[in-house]
Amino acid sequence: MDFTLNEEQQLLKNSAERFVEQDYGFERRRDIIASPDGFDREVWAQMAELGWLGLPFSEEDGGYDGTPVETMILMEAIGCGLMVEPYLATVVLGGGLIAACGNADQKATILPQLIAGKMLLALAYAEPQSRFDPADIITTATKDGGGYLLNGHKAVVLNGGSADKIIFSARTSGDQRDQGGISLFIIDADAAGLKIKSYPTIDGLRAAEIELTNVAAEALGKIDDAYPAIEVVLDAGIAAIAAEAVGAMQVLHDDTLEYLKTRQQFGQAIGSFQVLQHRMVDIYIELEQARSAAVMATLRLTENDPEARCHALSAAKVQIGQASRFVGQNAVQLHGGIGMTDELKISHYFKRLTMITTQFGSADYHLDRMASATPQTNQEEI
Amino acid sequence: MDFNFSEQDLAFRQEVRDFMQHSLPEDLREIAEHGQHFRKEHFVRWQKILFERGWAAPSWPVEHGGPGWTPTQKYIFQEELGLSAAPMPPPFGTGMIGPVLIAFGNDAQKTEYLPRILNGDDWWCQGYSEPDSGSDLASLRTIAVLDEDHYVVNGQKIWTSYAQYADRMFCLVRTDDSVKPQAGISFLLIKMDTPGITLRPIISQDNDHTLNEVFFEDVRVPIKNLVGEAGQGWTYAKFLLGHERSSIGDIAGSKRSLTRLKKIAAAEISGGQPLSEDSAFSRKLIDLDVRLMILEVTQFRLLADEEAGNDIGPAASILKIKGSELSQLISETAVEAIGYYGMPYVHEAVQPGGNEHAVGPNYATGILPDYLFLRALSILGGTNEIQRNILAKTALRF
Ligand SMILES: Cc1cc2nc3c(=O)[nH]c(=O)nc-3n(C[C@H](O)[C@H](O)[C@H](O)COP(=O)(O)OP(=O)(O)OC[C@H]3O[C@@H](n4cnc5c(N)ncnc54)[C@H](O)[C@@H]3O)c2cc1C
Repeated sequence: MDFTLNEEQQLLKNSAERFVEQDYGFERRRDIIASPDGFDREVWAQMAELGWLGLPFSEEDGGYDGTPVETMILMEAIGCGLMVEPYLATVVLGGGLIAACGNADQKATILPQLIAGKMLLALAYAEPQSRFDPADIITTATKDGGGYLLNGHKAVVLNGGSADKIIFSARTSGDQRDQGGISLFIIDADAAGLKIKSYPTIDGLRAAEIELTNVAAEALGKIDDAYPAIEVVLDAGIAAIAAEAVGAMQVLHDDTLEYLKTRQQFGQAIGSFQVLQHRMVDIYIELEQARSAAVMATLRLTENDPEARCHALSAAKVQIGQASRFVGQNAVQLHGGIGMTDELKISHYFKRLTMITTQFGSADYHLDRMASATPQTNQEEI
Repeated sequence: MDFNFSEQDLAFRQEVRDFMQHSLPEDLREIAEHGQHFRKEHFVRWQKILFERGWAAPSWPVEHGGPGWTPTQKYIFQEELGLSAAPMPPPFGTGMIGPVLIAFGNDAQKTEYLPRILNGDDWWCQGYSEPDSGSDLASLRTIAVLDEDHYVVNGQKIWTSYAQYADRMFCLVRTDDSVKPQAGISFLLIKMDTPGITLRPIISQDNDHTLNEVFFEDVRVPIKNLVGEAGQGWTYAKFLLGHERSSIGDIAGSKRSLTRLKKIAAAEISGGQPLSEDSAFSRKLIDLDVRLMILEVTQFRLLADEEAGNDIGPAASILKIKGSELSQLISETAVEAIGYYGMPYVHEAVQPGGNEHAVGPNYATGILPDYLFLRALSILGGTNEIQRNILAKTALRF
């Protein structure tokens, strides 16, 4: 076993951390969030220049042949800076599906552009009734000449308002919650019949409700058989936000520890109270456990056996959710009143971590996913 | 032992319930039901309705315009108020400064202030905390120096809830720094429009404006605005903190939010069935029920003690700790219940009269902002860590 980064990965980590520290100050982030796009296109261009947008793609597709470890490194830095640029939506989710399911033509028109920072993507998979189950799909795709027509409503589509192209899951056959009969489609954001309502999210990002009325769409990958690919890319999303959560928790850990050592009450640093030391130790332990979860998620992502992959990714998500909640709540608590303010960083990290708790499924959802996939113990073995 | 309310108490409960049903204006009900935030005008309007009915100050004696209720009746009233969609008036007036003036104020102060608290004409805020004096309140440094018949106040308060609405502040100031910290504190009443006072809003993490910083620069306060004796402010403040603690427990509020959560869980679909029927989630709801049931009995035991004329002492801290934790847990479970629709944040949708529509189901509005703001319950009124210190000292005598 080896959990160390190789030389190139270490360089990537250094440069990503430096970028966040020097170029992504908290006041700048505040301005970026308030801007019309909700993210900074200049930052995005810089990220392209640094080669970050091409990390996970094969050389054939114009990328750098990276592994999930590179994505983890970058997402952790994104979490440290609480960056709002659409890396998850465009590179991990959208780009991931194009690379996995796209035909030669689709890859050639999209990926080089994406890697150059000139095309943004979004993945529209959830629906108002679907809760966390990506197979719960009402949106329909019906054949229309050579193409398809889509009708339905997609919910809380991350970066749906800024994407140039949006990937949709839709039902081509089967019943509402069947895993079979699901297909993927790709649609230009300005297509006729597409109604996109973009809004801010509580954690400083942007998402959108999208209504489709007879929208002409091009298929992405095999008809009726997209569910496995969707599951893989959502698992990649889990690994990515696990790393993001670790970055965010690291900041809360560091800032809270510093605060305990400097804030004076009763004539002493509040960190001298043992009850607060223990709480801080629990934050530290949760962070370490979360780091283990993020590493496991990242390394199991390339697991060939889908069951083993799902099992590991769901387990990681459960731990990440618990840690995010504990660390977020207690960072606020240990700061007292000042932890409640919009002015301090703390509350912003808390909000992002709160949303990470349910993003790509709550702990209950993932425990269920694990339980339903775990083979029952054989009576005779006991 | 008897675990039931008397016939009279039950009749009283019905009377209060009927009143809430008939007297709560429809627009106020809607604000609450849409998960929006009440503003000053809403609180004041409701206070005046209660005033008309003679119920404006549940804990005051009859001679000052209170209803003269027993502790049980007060409890029932607060519970029914909490269960209804009525705006819960902030405690600063009738719940805090009123009782202090009744106990420690002079006649002139009682005559000047009590009627205007009762009828909602004056809004009060609480000026205790300072940047360097939160949990360690006794270290406060806002100074008041006597200059003939005025105190001249200099310093700063922080976290002052609703100071932007307030006509007056009750304020802890240091009048003597030659004695031990607690003994040098006095209790002053300050008009908020006195020259030298400036406010700076603090936006909290739910993106709302409740909190403020209040700065004092040579603010002249007539000496007649001193409550009781100089140097006794700490005693009066402690008298109040007991009041504040049990009210933060807000069991009625938890009942109401748990009822709301159950409705959400029944409406939210998970895997083709209502979320409330999901085995893991339904157990969470039941677990919340259990916590609520037990806490209520603890509260009843304290109530019976109070009714018997005993001092409930440190037990108020139990209510504060468990009550705040329960409110927070219910809200956390509500966040989980609404799934992805916790993410959208449309600022206008949580403002009364805002015409922007929320995203997603109606019941999702306000769930996240509430969750964020409720984190304050384990911080304000003495943090939960401080409550545990109090119990360690007073109940366990460590
Ligand atoms: C929403 C809100 C509304 C408020 N409204 C008002 C108001 O209207 N008027 C007013 O005067 N104040 C108000 N407050 C202030 C509130 O009373 C203080 O925030 C509180 O007393 C804590 O003080 P602090 O924020 O300075 O935290 P600190 O005292 O600095 O505490 C920081 C952390 O250290 C812990 N800690 C401190 N001392 C100890 C110890 N001895 N042992 C163990 N742990 C310890 C605390 O529990 C906390 O976790 C409000 C606060 C909030 C959040």
